[in-house]
Amino acid sequence: MKSAKLRRVSWLSWIVIVVGAIYFLAPLVGTFEYSLTALRDQYSFAAYERAFADPRFVQSFGYSMLLALATIVCSILLIVPTAYWVHLYVPQIRPLVEGITLLPFVVPAIVLVFGFIKIYSRPLEIMNIPLVPPLLSTIESTNIVLIAGYTVLSLPYMYRAVDNGLRAIDVRRLTEAAQSLGAGWGTILFRIILPNLRTALLSGALLTFAIVVGELTLATFLGIPAFGPYLQQLGQHKAYEPAALAIVSFLLTWVALVLISIVTRGNAGSAAGSH
Amino acid sequence: MAQTATFGNRTSALTMPRLRNLFITWMGVIPFFVFSILFLFLPSYSLLVDAFKDAQGNWTLANLGGLFEDPIRSGFILSIQISAFTALLGGVFGFLLAYALVLGKLPKWIRSTFVTFSGVASNFAGVPLAFAFIAVLGRTGAITSMFKSVGIDLYDAGFNLYSFWGLILVYLFFQFPLMLLIMIPSLEGLRPEWQEAAENLGASSPQYWRYVAFPILLPSLLGTMILLFGNAFGAYATAFALTGGRLNLVTIQIGAQIRGDVLHNPNLGFAMALGMVIVMLVCIVGYTLLQRQTEKWLQ
Repeated sequence: MKSAKLRRVSWLSWIVIVVGAIYFLAPLVGTFEYSLTALRDQYSFAAYERAFADPRFVQSFGYSMLLALATIVCSILLIVPTAYWVHLYVPQIRPLVEGITLLPFVVPAIVLVFGFIKIYSRPLEIMNIPLVPPLLSTIESTNIVLIAGYTVLSLPYMYRAVDNGLRAIDVRRLTEAAQSLGAGWGTILFRIILPNLRTALLSGALLTFAIVVGELTLATFLGIPAFGPYLQQLGQHKAYEPAALAIVSFLLTWVALVLISIVTRGNAGSAAGSH
Repeated sequence: MAQTATFGNRTSALTMPRLRNLFITWMGVIPFFVFSILFLFLPSYSLLVDAFKDAQGNWTLANLGGLFEDPIRSGFILSIQISAFTALLGGVFGFLLAYALVLGKLPKWIRSTFVTFSGVASNFAGVPLAFAFIAVLGRTGAITSMFKSVGIDLYDAGFNLYSFWGLILVYLFFQFPLMLLIMIPSLEGLRPEWQEAAENLGASSPQYWRYVAFPILLPSLLGTMILLFGNAFGAYATAFALTGGRLNLVTIQIGAQIRGDVLHNPNLGFAMALGMVIVMLVCIVGYTLLQRQTEKWLQ
């Protein structure tokens, strides 16, 4: 009786798993197959060759890689001192900081960029005192707004990663030990805390990379020739190249996420070993 | 305050040690707050305030009234319908998958494969996702042609990827993996002792699920489905890349309003952004409260 029931549960599980696997794989396998059929009557990587040969692909993709890199650096420089200070000196504002890092879920990208365009098309003034020049008036400073916007999008992931990383190490003892040896806070942050957080930072950085590289909304409305807008335009008048680049994007996301799971698994192992 | 004393030793020679101490206590978080004000609060604030102003800058509630008139009203209804369907379908299927993976006594590798895959899929949205579905189920897509070669025309049969149900199908690709990822820890939190206790008291397996496990999981289920709702509600890139603006979603309308004042009233556009933020806020608060409840029960 009992074993019959177990078997039935197991059967249902298998059905659900198979349906899930089909739903996951069908679009990917189908897209891959489709991307190989750019030449009539034979499979080939022609669509990939053509996509990669387009100079605008190289430019926009390189641009997005740089944007991702700049965003990761900004995000780390912003979040690590904040999370460290919250842990050590001002724990009373933890709920506030956590709440702010969740705000990007409340203010969707389309609303965020709407606000950017509204306030940074003109000089930002408070009581007629200009505080910030009109950032969107030149391409260079528009890039600053875009990177800031991407940093906002990365806040929830980066803060959570760094916060978890800080919980895993004994921040207070490390800081006190460094101070007793005469280290200033710059040394503490850059030579003690950052190296100890490398796993957390790496996983936050990879997730940020996955978010930024194909991002469309902010880049399009700020008029930046990044990879997302390029891909969207390519889809308007091509069939096979977009499919090929969709597969490439998926593989990039895959690599980033697999690296995260490898990196964090390593961390879990070493944390378990040290206790 | 005790922690700042270590810094204080080096600054006590200064004339204003108290002020300086105060600065040192806070300096690590100052850049974060300045950044948040410049790139999160001020942009949002300027939209939200102007939602309550008319073209001359006078205070008014007329724009909020405009949210309940077409085309904005129908946009909100459409966005809510699509988000609700994807939350419900993604939630139920994601939960069933998580259940099968945690309690289905399947080989270990299946579970780790699905978890990794879900991590990728829940982050794989936007333009590439839309293109993948177009390549597979679009008018000339791989699966569409496969059906055509055996004499079935999906599009003649009423299927259309660039439609309400098509968009739902595409959104589900990142919705149910997210559900799965959040539900797995909750399902793992169900202790075997609870089932043993229920069985010792004579409960059958359906009774255990009906009266013990399901009520414990309910806040987590509901909370995550609310999160999925918000996830779909705020999405722009996927819908734009798939339908090119043919579906009148809230995000698509806001996008059109940014490109050119299609509502013929900038302040109405700001009211739309406000309406959107309110919906998202309700979702996130609901999710956070329900998730906190779950954590309390499953500790």
